[in-house]
Amino acid sequence: MAAAMPLALFVLLLPGPGGWCLAEPQRDSLREELVITPLPSGDVAATFQFRTRWDSELQREGVSHYRLFPKALGQLIAKYSLRELHLSFTQGFWRTRYWGPPFLQAPSDTDHYFLRYAVLPREVVCTENLTPWKKLLPCSSKAGLSVLLKADRLFHTSYHSQAVHIRPVCRNARCTSISWELRQTLSVVFDAFITGQGKKDWSLFRMFSRTLTEPCPLASESRVYVDITNYNQDNETLEVNPAPTTTYQDVILGTRKTYAVYDLLDTAMIHNSRNLNIQLKWKRPPENEFPPGPFLHAQRYVSGYGLQKGELSTLLYNTHPYRAFPVLLLDTVPWYLRLYVHTLTITSKGKDNKPSYIHYQPAQDRLQPHLLEMLIQLPANSVTKVSIQFERALLKWTEYTPDPNHGFYVSPSVLSALVPSMVAAKPVDWEESPLFNSLFPVSDGSNYFVRLYTEPLLVNLPTPDFSMPYNVICLTCTVVAVCYGSFYNLLTRTFHIEEPRTGGLAKRLANFIRRIRGVPPL
Amino acid sequence: MSENAMGSTMVEEQFAGGDRARALARDFAAHRRKSGALPVAWLERTMRSVGLEVYTQSFSRKLPFPDETHERYMVSGTNVYGILRAPRAASTESLVLTVPCGSDSTNSQAVGLLLALAAHFRGQIYWAKDIIFLVTEHDLLGTEAWLEAYHDVNVTGMQSSPLQGRAGAIQAAVALELSSDMVTSLDVAVEGLNGQLPNLDLLNLFQTFCQKGGLLCTLQGKLQPQDWTSLDGPLQGLQMLLLMVLRQASGRPHGSHGLFLRYRVEALTLRGINSFRQYKYDLVAVGKALEGMFRKLNHLLERLHQSFFLYLLPALSRFVSIGLYMPAAGFLLLVLGLKALELWMQLHEAGVGLEPGGSPGPSVPLPPAQGVGLASLVAPLLISQAMGLALYVLPVLGQHVAAQHFPVAEAEAVVLTLLAIYAAGLALPHNTHRVVSTQAPDRGWMVLKLVALIYLALQLGCIVLTNFSLGFLLAATMVPTAALAKPHGSRTLYAVLLVLTSPAATLFGSLFLWRELQEAPLSLAEGWQLFLAALAQGVLEHHTYGALLFPLLSLGLYPCWLLFWNVLFWK
Repeated sequence: MAAAMPLALFVLLLPGPGGWCLAEPQRDSLREELVITPLPSGDVAATFQFRTRWDSELQREGVSHYRLFPKALGQLIAKYSLRELHLSFTQGFWRTRYWGPPFLQAPSDTDHYFLRYAVLPREVVCTENLTPWKKLLPCSSKAGLSVLLKADRLFHTSYHSQAVHIRPVCRNARCTSISWELRQTLSVVFDAFITGQGKKDWSLFRMFSRTLTEPCPLASESRVYVDITNYNQDNETLEVNPAPTTTYQDVILGTRKTYAVYDLLDTAMIHNSRNLNIQLKWKRPPENEFPPGPFLHAQRYVSGYGLQKGELSTLLYNTHPYRAFPVLLLDTVPWYLRLYVHTLTITSKGKDNKPSYIHYQPAQDRLQPHLLEMLIQLPANSVTKVSIQFERALLKWTEYTPDPNHGFYVSPSVLSALVPSMVAAKPVDWEESPLFNSLFPVSDGSNYFVRLYTEPLLVNLPTPDFSMPYNVICLTCTVVAVCYGSFYNLLTRTFHIEEPRTGGLAKRLANFIRRIRGVPPL
Repeated sequence: MSENAMGSTMVEEQFAGGDRARALARDFAAHRRKSGALPVAWLERTMRSVGLEVYTQSFSRKLPFPDETHERYMVSGTNVYGILRAPRAASTESLVLTVPCGSDSTNSQAVGLLLALAAHFRGQIYWAKDIIFLVTEHDLLGTEAWLEAYHDVNVTGMQSSPLQGRAGAIQAAVALELSSDMVTSLDVAVEGLNGQLPNLDLLNLFQTFCQKGGLLCTLQGKLQPQDWTSLDGPLQGLQMLLLMVLRQASGRPHGSHGLFLRYRVEALTLRGINSFRQYKYDLVAVGKALEGMFRKLNHLLERLHQSFFLYLLPALSRFVSIGLYMPAAGFLLLVLGLKALELWMQLHEAGVGLEPGGSPGPSVPLPPAQGVGLASLVAPLLISQAMGLALYVLPVLGQHVAAQHFPVAEAEAVVLTLLAIYAAGLALPHNTHRVVSTQAPDRGWMVLKLVALIYLALQLGCIVLTNFSLGFLLAATMVPTAALAKPHGSRTLYAVLLVLTSPAATLFGSLFLWRELQEAPLSLAEGWQLFLAALAQGVLEHHTYGALLFPLLSLGLYPCWLLFWNVLFWK
């Protein structure tokens, strides 16, 4: 690694003095952005976004020179004709009821029919996943917002999700050619209770144990947005330090939000104090201790006891006081939970709720999981319960994981919904507005799109006793079976000499002709 | 300890919230006295202030008849629980710390310690499993309501509101009962509903942390036998073993942990005992032991499964494994099998002996047709089963009728009806014989006894496999007289023996043995009162928690015993 570093530097420096880069306009650009939002529960969410856009038809043009776009990913796109890729590593669970709708949801414009979708619920995310992710950034973690990405702080949070999204975007309004967009996102939730000793105040240094010192020179835009929606003119509820130069207002997830904007490329911002440590202090804690939850949240659990049967139940909450809205529920259940589809019941407010659309694809043992997709109308201010019974299958003994008594994971169900919003939003131009805006796609003014994931489940299957006696029994049974089988074979089989066969069709035919001719047969 | 993940006690306990626990306990007790019920709002506020996600659950239950021991009939209450969400975990697994609160204001120190522990645990970042802090009202009824709602099942007809917050599969639970600021020892209870036991590793975990913290821990309220070389130690061990057998055989949950075991959640109850010993421990010591246990349970990768689920404990540090005690029960049941075989051969010989013609069998000459024997079986079998069904159904069903016509309360009516039906069964032989044709008297009782023996052996075999103590206790009392019963010889002696070994008499005797072993002997009058209370509790526990002892005795063993009674009075 030490040998490779100077080499990389050299390559970067060489075209600099040559000047042909400057002559031709840059075809790639980097925008970076950090949004800090206090959550309804008092915790603080920080969302980093790094967007690299490259005006290049990677799959058609034979590209060999990479500047900001990582070469590893570019080659992947070129070689495998990748159309789109979304990969996210998440540890922790976004608690929608307390934190509000999640910020980083998968893009809304993909249809799962054409998508390969997979989830590994058991995988642990660690620093070894963060380091290669950071290396994809043009400034790595040397300058700009990525300075804050310090592993020991990021992994002491209550939620950590990092993702890479690659997709083609239209280069112009008429979409005559495409550009490639790489969006790297990282979202963490800091537990205010542990880091702030019960107070809800925060500062960059307290959260990341780093401050911002210099912007990334390769970035064309580098900004920090701080949600100060409760900030009013009298400046009584909260105080942000340093005071923001500009503010930005928008409708996010159906409510009006105000953000303080800090532009790192604004030279005055950092050069005044050599570093930027944004602080937020609550002068008076927010009045409502328990703010109302989001309009849509869900809960999933396994009910019943014993190792034979069980029931998967999903509770869908619509807390909107007067609007009903439909929800698309997608469930993938592993084959070793044998679903009884006739037991599928959907009830809201004590009455049967008939889904307007059901797509069910049964599982095949060891090949594919159950796929169940439903469109359900959630009545206003109601809880809808979707339940389906299952039987636990007995696996083959080699199919158990090394720790079978831990249980087997069932991946979360996915809920997609258009939730009615409180404030009408106006359509925005993605290229001009802040990056985080694209996280909250709005279909029209009165609805906003939400995609939620429920919790993964842990289900115990009937497990043989994989202890030493069990192994001994297995081995001795095998040995006995083999010995007994061969002995039995020897004792019961009668041996006799097989007579030579009368021959094939050709020989019979020849003999027939010979008989007609009166010649002795072969 | 067999579980690798809990291997050593290398955990540094940092709990130091003794003062906080005491203050919270005082507050809780004051609020509780003021409101006369569980101070739900105060609990919610306090749990929220230490940073938990708080939920409540209300439940109500009408008992089948008034419970006189706990003085309750129409029960409604509220459970409060707070969930500590583990950072960066997806709420797939959880641990439970529960404090059952009864009608009086005992256990307030346990609530104080629970809240102080919650506050301490909330500040730590190492949790990999969610921790649920549960305070239930009406002790075990609340626990049952919460567990049923958590697993979304309805086993006992409890009405309760659905739970708003869950935390995945519960891996282990600890129930805590403390009624004083200082304790001299911690008593551990393992016996659960229907004789289920938690994994032995959980008990070992508790014991190692007691040793580490220098806490004195007891089992069955008794100190550990120290000296195993002299006769004293083994005798003490035997005493504790018998106590455990009696407690397990009763099939009742000895603490709220007992209800968790049905859902395959390993659980035990810790009780703080404050006696007149000199050395006392404060809440910090108990809190540290609990902290250590929870941190170790937090390390678990799999459910506790490495160690034994079936064991008997003569001391906290010693156990008798299933491989050692099962042969004893097996040999007892073998007696029934051999006796049945003998009867079968006698019957066969008698049948064969007649066919050549003339020569009489070993006893009185028997008629050849086998059909007579089988036909004579139907009446006693049906009638005794009907008696059993009546014993199971009538007391609770007819309580109001009985209470109207006799000057007794409902609970008394149930118990007295129970005893009346039980005793009425003894008159059975005189009634059945009118129905049965007695062409072949000797052959008839032999066939009946053969059937009864096989029936008893099968029942005891099943019971021994699920609840060894109960099976063994019943086998030890019922098998000898069952094997001996026959309508010849001194019938009165046999009758007395059979009555003394009937299931009800076994229960009566067990109560005396139990108090004798606890060194608090009973007088006969006290014993009778206790017996009546135990009957009422047995019926109640079947209806409220789903304990199986009552239906097992009334539908299975009592009819079987009546068959032997029938054999004895065969004409």
